[in-house]
Amino acid sequence: MENRKLRDLIGTKLMLVITIFIAFLFFLILFTLLTGSLYIIQDQSITELLFSSTWKPRSGEFGLLGVIIGTIIVTSIAMIIAVPISLLTAVYIVEYAPKKVRQIIRPFIDVLAGVPSVVYGLCAFIVFVPLVRDVIAPFFGELNSSGFSIFTASLILSIMVFPIIISLCVESFNAIPIELKEASLSVGATKWETVKKVIFRASGPGVISAILLGFGRAFGETIAVSMVIGNQEKIPSSLFSQGQTLASIIAQNYIDVMSLPRLESALIFVGLILFIVVLIFNILGFLVLKRARSRWN
Amino acid sequence: MNRRFLEEKIFKILMIFSIFIVVGSLILIFSVIVFNGASSISLDMLTQTSSPRFYLGKGGGGMLNAIVGSLLLALPATAMAFLIGICIALFLQRDFIHPTISNFIRLCLDILWGVPSIIYGIFCMTIMIAFGMSTSLLFGIIALTLLEIPIITRSIDESIKMVPLGLKESAYSLGSTKFETAIKVVRRQALPGIVAGILLGLGRGIGDAASILLTVGDSNFIPDSLYDSTAALPTMILNLLSMPDPNVQSKAYVVAFVLLIIVLAISIISRSLSKKSTKYVIK
Repeated sequence: MENRKLRDLIGTKLMLVITIFIAFLFFLILFTLLTGSLYIIQDQSITELLFSSTWKPRSGEFGLLGVIIGTIIVTSIAMIIAVPISLLTAVYIVEYAPKKVRQIIRPFIDVLAGVPSVVYGLCAFIVFVPLVRDVIAPFFGELNSSGFSIFTASLILSIMVFPIIISLCVESFNAIPIELKEASLSVGATKWETVKKVIFRASGPGVISAILLGFGRAFGETIAVSMVIGNQEKIPSSLFSQGQTLASIIAQNYIDVMSLPRLESALIFVGLILFIVVLIFNILGFLVLKRARSRWN
Repeated sequence: MNRRFLEEKIFKILMIFSIFIVVGSLILIFSVIVFNGASSISLDMLTQTSSPRFYLGKGGGGMLNAIVGSLLLALPATAMAFLIGICIALFLQRDFIHPTISNFIRLCLDILWGVPSIIYGIFCMTIMIAFGMSTSLLFGIIALTLLEIPIITRSIDESIKMVPLGLKESAYSLGSTKFETAIKVVRRQALPGIVAGILLGLGRGIGDAASILLTVGDSNFIPDSLYDSTAALPTMILNLLSMPDPNVQSKAYVVAFVLLIIVLAISIISRSLSKKSTKYVIK
């Protein structure tokens, strides 16, 4: 008897300690990134880091403006492509698709979510780079694009966020009480009108959280982007010029970290920006999602 | 009246168009990798370790060290993440802590799930440099463990939530302690979800490049100890692709093909295993 109670005590306390550790992991990461980037913040002012566009690690210049602009453009274009397509797909899956089609499409989207990012990157390298170089860029009047461009990165990113946005949207569309739809259909609205005026409105928070979480994923994606973006830290001159994002600059420069301590600190600072931005989007996304989930219960 | 039906038609066409884009992009990815990878795969590629000559395209060598390296990274990481994850998931039940606190921890885990893997990479790299150590298997495992903890914990947690209260109550009424109930009753009832969670984590861990890129380095040999650098499938793809010779680059397709097969196999095994493990579940 004593033995069992002792085991219960030890087991429970162990679980408590591990749970506390995870809750603190969060702050541990933040703290580590903060202390790591202190060196560069003291060395150069934050404004210089954020608003200068010369990135020359070897001569000690770490201006991130070009990279930040690149990140914003890449992520925005990816979202502009991905959001309408994912929304329409989700509507189709929930409202229009026959049961058989639905059963085929769902596992497809699950598989799409599980494909490693390096495989996405490789596909973009094989397919999208020549496509952008030979077809899309000349179409928009950019004859000397190398194909490694901001637009190529946006294309592959938009494919990568499809599964997140679609599955979250499908979840929130399914949660809407059927009476709402029936009421709309019974007064003579067409199916699309019901979708537009009832479903989109009723699942508003769910859709918004899906977009926010998709944005967070696109913002932090590293490998696939660094394989096709061309890796130039200048302010991009057009959609088809080479660029760099906050995540991919880490993957590109980590090799020299051991020999340039200031570079290490600068990269940790980049990581800190990335962490904070993604954190804000995720917290917003999950808070809205929580609200959306409790809406119809 | 006509305009309304026209609008309906137009949007229906747009929807079918979007479905084709989504499904088409998946088919594109698979066909590109399978078409390019399967055509140049050979037994040598699978059974030999790489060498500098391999990267220079002078023949010889393979990716055995990357396959073994990936497994050596992902399997221990998944095991550790599972041990930590199941403790947390069991502890999040109402029996142990107040729902307000457990919901806060769930929010933390959800947010950690969304953190880009490069952050775990740079976090572990910072610790590695602070301890004055060099790139090694050990820090790769730590990075992957951190990456997998939220994934595994949250999927186990979701299945534990489904365990009926009556089942736990009958265990308590027979005099079992909280810990015994959690380990013996809840764990068994949630087994399908646990299996699915572990394999989901494993799939993510094997395929993730950003977190291990900064922490494991590269090597042409199968690692002997925890402190050795090692190759892994995702990092090998990046290394091969950075070579100027197109013939060497095409080897990256083979590595990607193997990686994709491993990831798909894991997801298929996950489906069949979680069906099998339902035999202990009381409905």
